[in-house]
Amino acid sequence: MNFKLKDIGPQLMTVIAVVLVFGFFTYNAQVNMENRGIDFGYGFLSQESSFDVQFSLIEYDGSHSYFRAYLVGLLNTILVSVIGIILATILGVIVGIARLSPNYLINKFAAFYVEFFRNIPLLLQIFFWYFAALRALPLPQDAEPMFGVSFLTIKGLFVPAFIWQNFNIFFYSILAAIIAIIVIRIHAKKLQETQGKQTPVLLISIGLILILPLLSFLIGGVRLSFEVPVLKQLATTSFIYEGGVSLPPELIALALSLSLYTATFIAECVRAGIQGVGKGQKEAAASIGLTPNQVLKLVVMPQALRIIIPPTTNQYLNLTKNSSLAAAIAYPDLVLVFAGTALMQTGKAIEIVSITMFTYLSLSISISLLMNWYNKKIAITEK
Amino acid sequence: MSKINFLKPDKSNLNTFLYLGSFLFFISVLDVLLNSFFSLNITGFLPSFLSFLLPLILGFIGLYFIRIELSGIKQLDLLNKHINTNNFNAILSLLIIFIILKSIPPILSWFFIDASFAGDSKDVCTGSGACWTYIKVWMRRFMYGMYPNGEQWRINLSFIALALLGSVGYFATDKFKKYLTLYYVVIYPFIAFLFIFFFISGGPVFFDFSYGIIAAILSIIIGFFIPSKFKFYYFLIVPLALYILLKYFVFYEELIELGKLDGLNWVETGAWGGLSLTFIISFFCLIFCFPIGMAFALGRRSGFPLIRYISIGFIEFWRGVPLITVLFMSAVMFPMFLPADFFIDKLVRCIIAISLFEAAYVAEVIRGGLQALPRGQYEAAKSLGMGYWRMHIFVILPQALKLVIPGIANTFLALVKDTPLIFVVGLLEIVGMLNLAKTNPEWLGFAMEGYVFAAIIFWIICYAMSKYSYNLEEKYKTDR
Repeated sequence: MNFKLKDIGPQLMTVIAVVLVFGFFTYNAQVNMENRGIDFGYGFLSQESSFDVQFSLIEYDGSHSYFRAYLVGLLNTILVSVIGIILATILGVIVGIARLSPNYLINKFAAFYVEFFRNIPLLLQIFFWYFAALRALPLPQDAEPMFGVSFLTIKGLFVPAFIWQNFNIFFYSILAAIIAIIVIRIHAKKLQETQGKQTPVLLISIGLILILPLLSFLIGGVRLSFEVPVLKQLATTSFIYEGGVSLPPELIALALSLSLYTATFIAECVRAGIQGVGKGQKEAAASIGLTPNQVLKLVVMPQALRIIIPPTTNQYLNLTKNSSLAAAIAYPDLVLVFAGTALMQTGKAIEIVSITMFTYLSLSISISLLMNWYNKKIAITEK
Repeated sequence: MSKINFLKPDKSNLNTFLYLGSFLFFISVLDVLLNSFFSLNITGFLPSFLSFLLPLILGFIGLYFIRIELSGIKQLDLLNKHINTNNFNAILSLLIIFIILKSIPPILSWFFIDASFAGDSKDVCTGSGACWTYIKVWMRRFMYGMYPNGEQWRINLSFIALALLGSVGYFATDKFKKYLTLYYVVIYPFIAFLFIFFFISGGPVFFDFSYGIIAAILSIIIGFFIPSKFKFYYFLIVPLALYILLKYFVFYEELIELGKLDGLNWVETGAWGGLSLTFIISFFCLIFCFPIGMAFALGRRSGFPLIRYISIGFIEFWRGVPLITVLFMSAVMFPMFLPADFFIDKLVRCIIAISLFEAAYVAEVIRGGLQALPRGQYEAAKSLGMGYWRMHIFVILPQALKLVIPGIANTFLALVKDTPLIFVVGLLEIVGMLNLAKTNPEWLGFAMEGYVFAAIIFWIICYAMSKYSYNLEEKYKTDR
C-alpha cells in the first residue's frame, strides 16, 4: 500500500463534499422540525391509524396500528405485482415467440402490439383502462355471468371463493409432489450422465402433481366447495354481489395495464434471447440426430434462457416499481396507503417517505442479488 | 392408394384444388367481411354455433387445399410460405384476418363516421362516435395548461426559436462544425434555460432574459478572438460571468424600473401545463441527466474506492426506488432539508428529482458502453501519454457513447413517458389536464376521447424518437 497525495486528494474532496451536503440537509431538517414543533421518531407506527382501506388482504380497520396499515399496503403492492408478473410473462413469451414466427401476419401482429403498447406512457394506459374502458362495463344487476359463476361488472370482478376443508393436507400433498419431482429430476440427470438412460421426467412429474393431490381428496378427507357470488339489493337502484371473492376495478385496471405494458418489454427480451442463439448451434444439434423437440429443450432453451433471464428480471423489478402508479387510481398500495393517507394524518414526512423508499429499495436489492447469484450459477464456465 | 392421393392436394391435381381452395377461402373472408361491414349474416339459416364457426372451418379447408408445395405458381408459393406453412399457422392466420376485418368498422365509425367534429359545445355530440369537439374546445388547455390565452404566443415563440436554434447543426458549414459540440453542450442549453425560465415566466425577470441574450451574443463575438486552446474554458465561464456582471452591476436599478413598466406579465409555474410542460420537463431533464449520469458512470469505474462506492450507492439508490416516491420526496421531504427562508419552485424541484432519477439509469447504460470497450483502447490512449480526462474525452467516451445510443434512447423514451407522473406534485401536463377536463361538469363522459388523443400524441413522439435513435445508431455504426 503506498499512499499518494494524488490518490487521496480527489477521494477526500468527494467525501468532504458528500458529508457537507448531507450535513447541511440534516442541520436544516433539525432546525425546520424544531421550528414547526415536529419530533422525529418511528413511534407513530404503533399508534391507532383511524382510517379505513377499501381493499385489504389481511384483516384491517381503523382501530389497527399504522404498522398494520403499512403491511396492508405492502401486501396489496405485492399482490398486484405478482398478478402482473404472471400475466406479463405469459403474454410476453407468446408475443416474443410470435415475433419470430415465419408467418407474416402473426409476426406483424406481434410487432404492432409491441410498438403500440410500449410507446404510450403507462400512467395513460392505467387511466385509459380505469376511467374509460372499465367504466363501459355493465352495472351489477345487468351483468352476464361468465361460465355461470363469475361476474365482470363496473364494480369489479366477482368470482367464486374456494372453501377448503383440511386445506393443510392438500397443501402438504402438493409439497410432497414437488419434492418428489425434484428428487426424480436429480436422479434422472444422474442416470443420464452415468448410464445414458433417459427417463420420461415430464410424464412422471405431471402424473405426480395430479395424483398426489387427487389422493388427498379421496383418502385425505380434503373437501372443496365453492361460494358463488349472489346479487344483493342495497337500495332501489344499487346492487352489489355478496359472497365469493371480489376484485376491485382498480386492481383489474392496474394489473391489466401493467402486464400489457411490461409484456412488450419481456417479448423483446425473449426475442433477443432466442435470436441470440447461433444458427450453427441448432444445425449442429440437428446434425447429431436430435429431434426438433430435443433441439429446443437441450440446446436452444438453455442458451436462450441465459440471455433472457437477466433483462427479464429487470422488467419484473420495473413492474413492481411501476405498481406504485396505483396511487393515481386509488388502488390502496404502499404509496397510497402509507405515503399518502398515513402521511397526511401524521405529518411525519421524513419517516414515512424514508420507510417507503427503503421498502422498495430492499425489494429491488434482494431481487437483484438473487439475479446475480442465478447469473453466476448459469454462466458458462470457460476453461 | 389413388383415393388418398385424390384427397391430398399436390401438383398433379393442382387446378381442382387451387380453384376449390381459393373459392372456399374467398367465401369465408367474404362472410366475415359482409358480417362486419354491412351486418349481413349470409349463414343466418344455420344454427348460431355453426354459423359462428363456419368461416373458420371453410377458410381452414380452403387453405388446406391450396397448400401445394412447389406448385410452380410464384404468388401461391409466396402465400403458402408466409401465412400457410401448416395447419396451426393457417388457423392463426385466419383468426388474425378475421380479427382485423371485424375490428375495422367499429374503429372507423368511432373515429370518423359517427364522430362529431363541428360546433363548440357538448350538444353537438349526440352520435355514438367520438366527440372530437371536446378536444377542439379544450385544445388550448391540453397544449398550454392554465397559461393565460393572451400570453401563449410566448410559449410558441420560445419553442419555435429553440427549434430553429437547435437545427443550426444541419446548416453549419464545415468551418463551424467543430464548434457544434460546444454549442449543443453549453450554449444551447443556456439559451434554452433563458428562454424558458425568463421568457415564458415573464414579469420583471424578462429583463434577465435580455441580459442573457446580450451576454450570449457578446461572449460569442469575443469568443472568435480567443485562442482555441482556451476556448472550452472560455465558453464554460464567460457567458455566465457576463450575465451576472450585467445583471448585478450594470444598469441594475434602471432596468428594474423599466421592467416594472412594460415587462411581460409574470406567469407562475403553477399555471404552466399541458403538452408544452411535457416538452419543457423532458428537455431539461434530458440536458441535466446526461452529464450527471456520465459523471457517475465514470465514478463507478474509477480506481478510487471511495468515489466508486459513493457512485454505486447513488446509482443503486435511485434505481431501486419508484419515480413516484422520488417525486413525493421532492414535494414533501425536500423543503424540510432546506433553510426555512429558502424557496425552490415546484417545477424546479420536480426537474431536479427526475434528472437525478434518470441520471442513475443513464449512468448504468454508459457504464455498459465503457465495459464493452476493449482494454486495448485504454492502454493505447495511456501509452500515448494521455491523462485520465484527455483519454476519456478524446478516446473512450466517443466510442462508448456510440455503442450505447440505443440504451440512451430507451432511457430518454422512459423519461418522456414518465413525465405524466408530475401530477404527484400538483403540476398538470397533458394527462393531468385530461383528468381535470374530464371532471368538468359541462363535459362529463368524454374520458375515452381525451385518453385516445393523448395516447396518439405520445405514441407519435415516442415512435419518432425511437426511429430517430435507430437512424443515429446506423449513422454512427463503425466497424471495429
